[in-house]
Amino acid sequence: MFLSQGWCGIAAIMSSASGADPTNIFAPAGTPANSIFSLSMLVLSVTGAIFLVVTGILIYVIVRYRMRRNSPDADQEPPQIYGSNQIELSWTVIPILIVVMLFLATTRVIYTTEHAAQPKDALQVTVVAHQFWWEYRYPTLGIVTANELHVPISDPKHPMPTYLTMSSADVDHSFWVPRLAGKMDLIPNQVNTMWIDPQTSGLYLGQCAQYCGVQHAKMLIRVYADTPQEFAAWVARQQQPAANDPAVAEGRNVFMHNACISCHTITGTVATGRFGPDLTHVGSRDTIASGSVPNNPANLRRFIQDPANFKPGALMPPMHLNSHDLDAVTAYLTSLK
Amino acid sequence: MATHIPLDEMHAPQQMGEETHRKLWLEVLHDWVTTVDHKKIGLMYIGYALFFLVVAGFEALLMRIQLAVPNNSFVSPEVFNGLFTMHGTTMVFFVGMPILFGFGNYLIPLMIGARDMAFPRLNAFSFWISAFGGFLLYYSYIGGSGLYGAGSAPDVGWFAYAPLTARVFSPGHSTDYWTLSLLLTGIGTIGTALNIVATIISMRCPGMTMSRLPLLPWLYLVTSGLTFVAVGPLTAAQIMLMLDRYLGSHFFDTQAGGSAVLWMHFFWIFGHPEVYILVLPAFAFANEIIPVFSRKAIFGYPAMVAASVGIGFVSLSVWAHHMFTVGLGPAENTFFVLATMAISVPTGIKIFNWLATLWGGKIQFTVAMMFAIGFLFQFLIAGLTGIMLSVAPFDWQLGNSYFVVAHFHYVLVGAILFMLFSAFYYWYPKITGHMLSEKLGKWHFWLFVIGFHLTFDFMHVPGLLGMPRRIYTYEADRGWMIWNMIISSGAVVQAVATLLFVYNMVISYFKGPLAGPDPWDAWTLEWATSSPPPSYNFAETPEVSSRRPLWDLKHPDDPDSDYESGPGHRRQAKEKSA
Repeated sequence: MFLSQGWCGIAAIMSSASGADPTNIFAPAGTPANSIFSLSMLVLSVTGAIFLVVTGILIYVIVRYRMRRNSPDADQEPPQIYGSNQIELSWTVIPILIVVMLFLATTRVIYTTEHAAQPKDALQVTVVAHQFWWEYRYPTLGIVTANELHVPISDPKHPMPTYLTMSSADVDHSFWVPRLAGKMDLIPNQVNTMWIDPQTSGLYLGQCAQYCGVQHAKMLIRVYADTPQEFAAWVARQQQPAANDPAVAEGRNVFMHNACISCHTITGTVATGRFGPDLTHVGSRDTIASGSVPNNPANLRRFIQDPANFKPGALMPPMHLNSHDLDAVTAYLTSLK
Repeated sequence: MATHIPLDEMHAPQQMGEETHRKLWLEVLHDWVTTVDHKKIGLMYIGYALFFLVVAGFEALLMRIQLAVPNNSFVSPEVFNGLFTMHGTTMVFFVGMPILFGFGNYLIPLMIGARDMAFPRLNAFSFWISAFGGFLLYYSYIGGSGLYGAGSAPDVGWFAYAPLTARVFSPGHSTDYWTLSLLLTGIGTIGTALNIVATIISMRCPGMTMSRLPLLPWLYLVTSGLTFVAVGPLTAAQIMLMLDRYLGSHFFDTQAGGSAVLWMHFFWIFGHPEVYILVLPAFAFANEIIPVFSRKAIFGYPAMVAASVGIGFVSLSVWAHHMFTVGLGPAENTFFVLATMAISVPTGIKIFNWLATLWGGKIQFTVAMMFAIGFLFQFLIAGLTGIMLSVAPFDWQLGNSYFVVAHFHYVLVGAILFMLFSAFYYWYPKITGHMLSEKLGKWHFWLFVIGFHLTFDFMHVPGLLGMPRRIYTYEADRGWMIWNMIISSGAVVQAVATLLFVYNMVISYFKGPLAGPDPWDAWTLEWATSSPPPSYNFAETPEVSSRRPLWDLKHPDDPDSDYESGPGHRRQAKEKSA
């Protein structure tokens, strides 16, 4: 029956956890998400027990004390009971004890997560949220990229967490990858930190969790947890200067002579804009439009033609390029592996 | 000692001149526009709120159609963002507040044996300025233009986080409509709250000490006190926002050193007490309705008063549980965890006292009582999910997800709206003189229960699966679609049930059986006068000597006044007198 509510639903989700649902909070894959998961199990069992007891009493009362029309004393008022100090005291004290217990358990997780000691070799990443995309900067590695965050997996024996230093270039945003950690807001004129330590390699999904304007829904997050070898290879590739393939020189020319350069950076060129994503290695990314669509020439071309094709409200204007130039720029950007 | 209420005299003179001539509609309109009668103002509040309930409910339906399937394009993102902003703002400020103040306006003078509110003209002023605020907000559909000039209604969310509201991100005037309409409504709200406090403090009939005050006015007293404290910061924040937008100040202008978090503090120091401002009147209805249909006095009256006052105080120090993900740091988070958990204690006391009132009673399953029991069950669940959200680390996952949306709709719909429906079934006979159809009412109840649980039980699930709120569409690969489909279907069932309720109110007004002064065999003073009450309420000022004056009148051999020296007194079952 529909009244059976959340707890059955929760059980159902947890059983289907690992497989189909890529953003299930009950399928933790990192330390912060894991400690939240354990705490939430405690909270769910306490609240579940309260639910069963109180609902049980409610059902008993409305069945047992329903008006019976044909009982002999049907026209009499029941005994009037005004209250009892002892009973009031008992249902004040017991909830207080439960609250104290939950509070202590909660405090422990708050401090172990927010006050965790940072290992020396932790990877540092600066996250800057923008209206409807994510900027990732690796200050120690000299890498700037967008929308697809690569981090190494963290082996419990050799912890290799990634510390995210976060702020916003415009309005409030929130970084939420449910299987790795709870969310943390990115607020302009304020620096927040959080850490993640995915323990198995793979792709972890999430999205912006603080309403930030028209395209809040398509501000998706992709975290790639790489094995140490994969991560080293990715870093090496990202540290290369931008590809300069003579075969796409025409597209390069179009790019450098249009407004593209005011907002985008491609290292080693005149394009040094900071308003939009860094495109130095845009061809190496799996998706464009902050995770909205796969990165292939057809999608890229449609996006450049008019970003509203995928993200109405995105801040990049339609570029009004003719078909020939569109093809050329698409080929150029695709070559930036 | 029994009371001396001249019952017969009280329903004597019906409204005079009804038969002598049919009033022109212009006269009727003039009558309503210029009235300072607390009952007419109360009804205008309720009518106004019901109108906006239908409007904002329709907005919710549009959103649910959009979200039923992933990557839907039923409405554009701009329109969707306007819809959820308008839905939230309307439901809180132009449905919740006015409907609760409407009932308070109507009932409080009647329940304390007064002829009107303390300040009748202030009462009319407060209503009209609040009403103007609501219409001003909707005028934005004609006069505003939203974020980046797209869409026309305000589209910054009902808590309008800075700096999204700054002119650089929200050009045009849509945010100004939002700001000004809340500013105006806030003035009306404070006026009415002031009036309620003054009325309860100074207009009680002879014999009605504070310890004999029915629980409904008691809770309205707490709600109004909270209103004073809570609405001020909201109004201040709106003024600061206007200064930022038009006079170059930088309170929330992060580009110039302002603080986005400052807005959050201002908003939530209003916003969380606001939840209790809305829910305490629902508790107030439950405190009147559950005893009458259990045929028992409320269990633990002093504890109920203490718990309500306690909730009022503690609710002022929980606001930052809306900000666990803002980066306040562990010490602040810990404090607000404790304060938030602490509020569950007085809330629990209330639930237990209602259960104890039911215990040993003779429960009559009228539609009003069915809605009240639905309220008890759903409020329990809403409280428990509230405890989950108070656990800050759990909130780092659940905050701003659909789990939160489900939680607060459980409070606003499952508890408050259910109790409002209960109040309609209970007091409609008093207000109109006609009974609502119980048969249609049962259809309304069961359909609404089914729709409610389809929508809001299943709404918890996408939140657990990582679906954030306020997204106009979602990816197909996240496993959210089936849940959203169920949620949307439940919304349609609720809409049908609500239409049935509106139909019931209209048809019963013309065809419902006559109610008489006291159809429920109830105990508080509003049932001592005719239905509907005359404009002067009571021909003679009543005098009371207990919390249930009509009980005393009906049981002169066994009046409440003999037992009210304190709790712990138990009355024996009365013998049936031949």
